[in-house]
Amino acid sequence: MPVGSVMAPPAAAGHAAQPLDEIDPSPTRRLGIIGWFSLTWLGGISLLALLAPALPLKDPDRSYLEIVRTGPLQPGHILGGDGNGRDMLARVVFGARTSLTIAVVAVLAGLVVGGLLGLVAGYYRGRFDAVLTTLFNVLLSIPALVLALSLVAVFASADQDVSNGRKMSVIIAALAIVTVPILGRITRASALSWSEREFVKAAQVLGASHRRIMFREVLPNVAPAMMSIALLGIAVAIVAEGSLALLGVGVTEVPSWGNMIALGRSDLARNGWAVGIPSTAIFLTVLALNYLGDVVRARFDVREGVL
Amino acid sequence: MTPYSANRAAGATAESPVGFRLNRRVQGRLLEVADLRTGFRTPGGVVRAVDGVSLTLDRGRTLGIVGESGSGKSVLSRSIMGLLPRRNVERSGRVVYDGTDISALTPGRRKDLWGTQMAMVFQDPMTALNPVQRIGAQITEGLRFHLGLDRGTSRANAVALLRSVGIPEPERRLKQYPHELSGGMRQRIMIAVALACGPRLLFADEPTTALDVTVQAQILNLLAAQQREREMAMVLVTHDLGVVAGRADTIAVMYAGQIVETAPTAQLFANVRMPYTEALLRSIPQLDQPRGSRLQAIPGRPPNLVRPPRGCRFAPRCPYAQDRCRAEAPPLVEEEPGHAYRCWYPLPARVTPPTRGAY
Amino acid sequence: MTLTRELGKRFLGLILVLFLVTLFTALLLSMVPGDPVDTLLPLSDSSPEVVAQKEALREELNLDEPLPARYAAWLGDFVRGDFGNYYRTSGADPVGDRLAEALPVSLQLMVYAQVLALLIAVPLGVLSAYRAGTLFDKAANTTAFALLAVPNFVLGLGLAYYVGVVAGWLPPSGYVPFTDNPAEHIQRMILPAVTLAAAQIAVYMRLLRSDMVQTLQEDFIQMARSKGISDQRVLWRHALRPSSLTLLTVAGHNVGTLIGGAVIVEVLFSIPGLGTAIAQAIFERQYVALQTFVAVLAILYVLVNFAVDVLYTVVDPRIRHARARN
Repeated sequence: MPVGSVMAPPAAAGHAAQPLDEIDPSPTRRLGIIGWFSLTWLGGISLLALLAPALPLKDPDRSYLEIVRTGPLQPGHILGGDGNGRDMLARVVFGARTSLTIAVVAVLAGLVVGGLLGLVAGYYRGRFDAVLTTLFNVLLSIPALVLALSLVAVFASADQDVSNGRKMSVIIAALAIVTVPILGRITRASALSWSEREFVKAAQVLGASHRRIMFREVLPNVAPAMMSIALLGIAVAIVAEGSLALLGVGVTEVPSWGNMIALGRSDLARNGWAVGIPSTAIFLTVLALNYLGDVVRARFDVREGVL
Repeated sequence: MTPYSANRAAGATAESPVGFRLNRRVQGRLLEVADLRTGFRTPGGVVRAVDGVSLTLDRGRTLGIVGESGSGKSVLSRSIMGLLPRRNVERSGRVVYDGTDISALTPGRRKDLWGTQMAMVFQDPMTALNPVQRIGAQITEGLRFHLGLDRGTSRANAVALLRSVGIPEPERRLKQYPHELSGGMRQRIMIAVALACGPRLLFADEPTTALDVTVQAQILNLLAAQQREREMAMVLVTHDLGVVAGRADTIAVMYAGQIVETAPTAQLFANVRMPYTEALLRSIPQLDQPRGSRLQAIPGRPPNLVRPPRGCRFAPRCPYAQDRCRAEAPPLVEEEPGHAYRCWYPLPARVTPPTRGAY
Repeated sequence: MTLTRELGKRFLGLILVLFLVTLFTALLLSMVPGDPVDTLLPLSDSSPEVVAQKEALREELNLDEPLPARYAAWLGDFVRGDFGNYYRTSGADPVGDRLAEALPVSLQLMVYAQVLALLIAVPLGVLSAYRAGTLFDKAANTTAFALLAVPNFVLGLGLAYYVGVVAGWLPPSGYVPFTDNPAEHIQRMILPAVTLAAAQIAVYMRLLRSDMVQTLQEDFIQMARSKGISDQRVLWRHALRPSSLTLLTVAGHNVGTLIGGAVIVEVLFSIPGLGTAIAQAIFERQYVALQTFVAVLAILYVLVNFAVDVLYTVVDPRIRHARARN
């Protein structure tokens, strides 16, 4: 009896032998309504933050007696006033300026440093990689907020009058330091897997320098993962700024979303809006960043899956 | 005492909760499928994996279903059993098992049949057995769930089952995990799991594809032996004509979701009518071929199951295709008793088997 | 590589990380700009007693020694249970006392939060995977997503205010030890535990759902279904276990994270745990105490993660057997 196999042609455009099950309804490659909303919100808030001094807003530090502890929709003050009668709209916009600056600069710094280190570690491997991974592990073994808190406390609270500028720099630096190992790890893992691919070996054989390969071949493939984590990281940094403010080590002289919440906290019984409005701003921004981060990852994940 | 009769003696009832009388007849119609259709809703449209299949199977008999990957043969056996996902599936047609229309049953009641009346053996035993569950547990689960046996009895049954499928040291195996055994042993265990509650109908979905050639014959022999002993009907699904050649009573050839030829085995091999079946036969490598001769593959690809072509689905790849074939879809026609085919210009009836010639 | 050899290798890595981390925290004090002694004892008085006090402190903290000696001294003290002191005008309070009080409280909060999170997230995740694509699944997913976007301090403040103050159902702050009054202890821990658990619920649920959806497409699930057993049984007895590995790993790592990451929640609800102790130490510029707390946290975190990793490889029977075969 012939025991042979029929030559089976490649699988049809139908489906696999396995019955199809559900398609995972997480963010797909196309932007839905939420995606567009997220982009709009982020774009809008960034623009407002950037142009804040030039906008026709009230002075965020000036107290208007008539709107002390009032909710929104007051004549002339759309979002009402806080415990000291300061215009909430102006404070939210200037607060965005502060919070977003801190978060974006910190994550960008972490991205550049961590990304670079991770890229080099993942590509070269060997001893440099081992040392770097240990360093990352060390930094990661202290819970992020505690580390940031400690650094800020040590460098910006030691003497009584630290300038606000210096405070902000220290906060940014601390958040950046906390971000470096996280981004470094992701970049390293991604660079590691991409560096083992055929096209990298091909480029090496052709005689391309390591630097060229790293930046022209590996980096573009690693970038999407980095971007996705960076977006999520900005969201985390915004919340971290809030946590620092609540713990008493945030920026003080200028409004930030964090210190608005901290200041409004004591007033919660009489005026929930002072806390609610900056909280909503943070919530929407974090939501938008999380969503877009997921979309970026989903859009570029398929290539990883094919591997 | 076979494990089958051991189950019965252990107190399993003959009444199944479906209120479905267990027929102890050994002859007669067991399964009747009428115009079964299964479609999967995908973003690109509805994939018609099974597009109007009708067949019958008598007790104790074997039906072989042969086709390429993508022909719908695996989906067919799952559709008959009812083992499909709950959502995004369009199903129509009738399946009558032992006189009862099971396609009209709710999923809950249909589950009462699974394991006790019908069971399935899957293609790859490495992925079809639970990797983190011990073998003993996997066998006894059905026994305890359906037949309510206690731990001791079900364990004894499991040992007897393992012995009957030819596994040495059955007691030791109960505690082991699937990955500790070879491919052939794993498939035997899967067969044991399927047969545990004594089903009357077994679907074997490519049971030997994932195995070494040397083990394939053993497994097929085992299935045949179990069939005889338990008076069980079997649907043997495969892409390999060689597998069904000596083992099936009837063969149905599937292409693009439809049955394109069906006949008793000997008749099919002797008297091929549909060109696709002929192509399948030709592509089996023969041992007496001269060295270096090319394998005869069927050129082209199976059709798109979302929008199947208007005419005969095999026409684009058929060397005998005419204009009528591309314009009109041929119906399944039964010319000789028991031999049906779907072709406008069937191959001339023959008495001698087809020889290797120019394609 | 055998199990013991691999474990041994990992253990060495662990020691290295612990060494570096403690080195880093031990140096925190020296990183303070200016004279650390002046920071700890902010007395501008230059009377001889004060000067002598400062000298004594300098001696005690080995501030004049070179780095390795300083670390060695710190490590020696630490291992012997001497965790340094709070330096207050009233005198020196040993940090160890505060540590012994605060650590169990933080551990309790962490356990409550984890248990709560798992109790809610696991059934939700299983159900979402089972009903993938339905309204329930989409609603659950959206809710989880939104929950993740709410900062934990906002949630905490909101809960404390609306549930605690306005509705008065639960006390909004404070802590009572379990041994003193179990009922009130539970009452006071509910809101902080819920606040901590909220983000975990969202993460765990989505993790489990995603893994389960994949598992449910595997062959052995179809096989289990074809045996005719109930869907519930298939879900919980067959599908859950292989799908839960990622979840358990993350939950395990969270054990370490939550001990220290609960700073905000502890402060908001006035729970006297390690987080509050850290916040207080910072506020009061008690950097010696801060050193100790951070070191303890880091050590716990590293140890817990190490234990989780080891457990993970030991528990999965496939990995265990693959190793045995080698």
